[in-house]
Amino acid sequence: MKLSFTLNHNALTLETEPDRRVIDLLREDLGLTGTKEACGEGECGACTIRVNKELRLACLMIAAQIEGCSIETIEGLAGPDQALHPVQEAFVQAGAVQCGFCTPGMVMAVTDLLEAIPDPDETQIRKALSGNLCRCTGYQKIMDAAQLAAKKENKCLP
Amino acid sequence: MNLISKTSPSVGASQARPDALNKVMGHEKFAADYYGPRHLWAGVRRAGIPHGRLISVSTEAAKQVPGVKKILTHKDVNGSNRQGVIQKDQPVLVDDRIRHCGDALALVIAETSQALETALALISFEYEALPGIFTTAEAFQYGAPLIHPTHPGGNCLLSGQLVSGKGLEAFEACDAIVELTIDLPRQEHAYLETECGEAVYEKGELSIVVSTQTPFRDRAETAQAIGISPEKLRIIAPYCGGGFGGKDGITVQSLLGLAAMACPDVPIKMMWSREESFLAGPKRHAASLHYRLGAKQNGVFHALEVRADFDTGPYDHLGGAVLGLALEHAGGPYRIPHAAIQGKAVYTNNTIGGAFRGFGVPQVAAAMEQAVDLMAEKLSLSPLDIRMKNAVQKGDKIPSGTTLKTSTGIRECLARLKAHPLYREADAWKKKAPAHMLRGSGMACALHGMGYGPFVPDTAIAKLELTKQGRFKIYFGVVDMGQGNGVTFLQMAGDLLNQNYENLELVLPDTGLTLPCGSASASRSTYTFGNALIQAVETMKTRLTQRAADSLMVGDGDEFCFIPGHLRHLPTGREFPLAQLAALLGPEERITISRYRALASKETVTQDTALQMHGIPHTVFSYTAHLAHVEIDTLTGGITVCNYTAVTDCGRLINPDLYQQQMQGGIAQGLGYALYEDFITDKGRLLTANLSTYIIPGALDIPPMALSSVDLQENTGPFGMKGVGEICIDPVLPAVANAVADACGGGRCRQWPLTCERMLEILTIPVCPPGADMNRSLI
Repeated sequence: MKLSFTLNHNALTLETEPDRRVIDLLREDLGLTGTKEACGEGECGACTIRVNKELRLACLMIAAQIEGCSIETIEGLAGPDQALHPVQEAFVQAGAVQCGFCTPGMVMAVTDLLEAIPDPDETQIRKALSGNLCRCTGYQKIMDAAQLAAKKENKCLP
Repeated sequence: MNLISKTSPSVGASQARPDALNKVMGHEKFAADYYGPRHLWAGVRRAGIPHGRLISVSTEAAKQVPGVKKILTHKDVNGSNRQGVIQKDQPVLVDDRIRHCGDALALVIAETSQALETALALISFEYEALPGIFTTAEAFQYGAPLIHPTHPGGNCLLSGQLVSGKGLEAFEACDAIVELTIDLPRQEHAYLETECGEAVYEKGELSIVVSTQTPFRDRAETAQAIGISPEKLRIIAPYCGGGFGGKDGITVQSLLGLAAMACPDVPIKMMWSREESFLAGPKRHAASLHYRLGAKQNGVFHALEVRADFDTGPYDHLGGAVLGLALEHAGGPYRIPHAAIQGKAVYTNNTIGGAFRGFGVPQVAAAMEQAVDLMAEKLSLSPLDIRMKNAVQKGDKIPSGTTLKTSTGIRECLARLKAHPLYREADAWKKKAPAHMLRGSGMACALHGMGYGPFVPDTAIAKLELTKQGRFKIYFGVVDMGQGNGVTFLQMAGDLLNQNYENLELVLPDTGLTLPCGSASASRSTYTFGNALIQAVETMKTRLTQRAADSLMVGDGDEFCFIPGHLRHLPTGREFPLAQLAALLGPEERITISRYRALASKETVTQDTALQMHGIPHTVFSYTAHLAHVEIDTLTGGITVCNYTAVTDCGRLINPDLYQQQMQGGIAQGLGYALYEDFITDKGRLLTANLSTYIIPGALDIPPMALSSVDLQENTGPFGMKGVGEICIDPVLPAVANAVADACGGGRCRQWPLTCERMLEILTIPVCPPGADMNRSLI
């Protein structure tokens, strides 16, 4: 099928099978390998992207579902000149990155949380992360990163 | 991006790892992210039966699938077709006998992943079913089938015992004896990046990019298995998306090599699905432990008996070495003058038992630390006091007979724990338990030896290059799978050379570029390579300052100091750019190489050469003391770990953030091991085949963790450090067990993990029903 959608703020039209998984489309066809596959069945959250500003799992979507949609992946989060998004910066500074395989999905989840709730409490953060598995960190520094990012976005920090 | 580049690396500071930048942007290229041009997909037909004699494999139907390029069976393997770290007993593609459901029978190479999947489903095979062995007890029953008929030990991969003092006789002199039996489950690593890689065979040379912990060992093992000269095989190891021991040994390497050699000049990609990873990858060994601990009336431990059976699955993998480490650590960080410690690693037709963070120690600590609490209760001592009374000091022997000759900080850990608010305020907190809730507090300790032991040389070779641009490149061959050893090497070299991050560069493990450094395992990555690196840096410094002195015709090298990008001549203040100095040196002169071999013990604690070969004894140990607060819902059996604290002696901290990351991650995995992760199988088949049924902790399951280090100097370690990658997980399960027992009047779980159902069962039965085979006091 001819598929048209917006990917990280750029309009795109391409030819693909309608049942092509979105994760394969992104990773294999478009070279955007920041979106990770770690279970392929919606359990781990490593393939978290945003579709029309809502969190979605790229392993559970097929190409036909994103026709006309606006897709955001981890690669689209940084600003011009690759300036880090505050959430990305907070992950680096808080030591929230270990092996890094869950990181893109986690960053997407935290970014989405902070857009909805700019100053989340601990429980809200834990709930927001509950769809994303991490096997390295024990989540504590990811929580720290979310709190640090909230402070950055609320301009409490330089 | 100045978050990192302009800062100066400094040992002891919490500095961000440079790879974090690429990782948060999604730019870091893991092995999973390699998609070569016009790549093909490779995949494996797995047996799905636990035990049988293979008669034939039928691939004709699968070959007809459009897009299928090649299908290989054992007949197409030119090498030994056997792999394994210690014993080469695992076929790459089965040629005679299927020994577990995850065995590989045929390898398909196809143009698309859909064609691959279709073809794999069409492969069939003929076999003669053999009776299976699914418990360690079954392995020794009369008439049990032999899983490896030529193995001299029958179904026992390795057995061994360590006896010290008077052994079992000493129980006669004990005033109090406690006994405990527990069964521990397999644990799945569940790293986020499943086993994967990409290989290409061009002009007679094979190159494999792979998610691995052991690139250099992979090269040797794969080469002989598939029949290629090691010089023609290059293994490239990018940042690894989690390992925890599960990538300590061959996963996709040999299969990818075979596929690439069968379809030359095209990149071949293999990525195991989560289910395949669960089925075919190694697991923490399921284990049965029987402990008897004896003490004098004053609480001084006197005698220990340990029987430990490890289900090692169908292949050696690292099962013998896991058993060895378990036996050495069976008595914990305590003085016990008389001990009889015996154990077996037993072949079964279950999933493969192998390396997993802790490497046998979490199993023995689970039993030992509960026995310690049983003894404390029996003698009316506090769990902390009885531990302090028996804790080792430098110069003591642990019960296996190993003498502790290096830094030994368990007493400092316990003292720090005693002062912690979570310890001091535990009773007050428990009293505030809400309705229907029980609260308890429990502690546990552990020690963990570093490195390979006396037999296998524990070495790393560091290479340092001054580039023409005047920057320093550190070539390291020990994989960074998330533990962050890469940044510690930058900190060490940057600190010694006084260079900013922008003047330093890491070259990741690659058998074509870096030098052999051993495995990223055994809590050794930073210790062993760090020591090698320091020597390489010192040699570089001497060489550069001397050349600068010669070039400027001034006194000697001592008159110079390094500043970022330059050497400064102190008497004149003149600065000599490193790039200019580099131009004076030939390519060989700009490189220093240093090999470090870790101290190997000369002590003989056993005459058993098999046990020596499997790593007994060690020389350098880390120590830790953990405390957990739990709340039990008496209506549901649900257990919440409310707070957790740990104090650790892992030497001086190179990077306190990384120390915390290791501790937090290890504790989280340990809590999963204790409470959630039930790897259920039925006759070798997986009933918890994926992440929807095998539950690992999520963000809602992990308590706040307060971590500290006693910061003792380890004189053999680089900048005084010791490893922390494994000790973090060792005492987590027993800390939870002891807290649960504290909450519910002594109730203890025999079969782990302690799920809600099991907790409810404990709450509804008497603690020690007469005649039941329960954990109990004997005297």
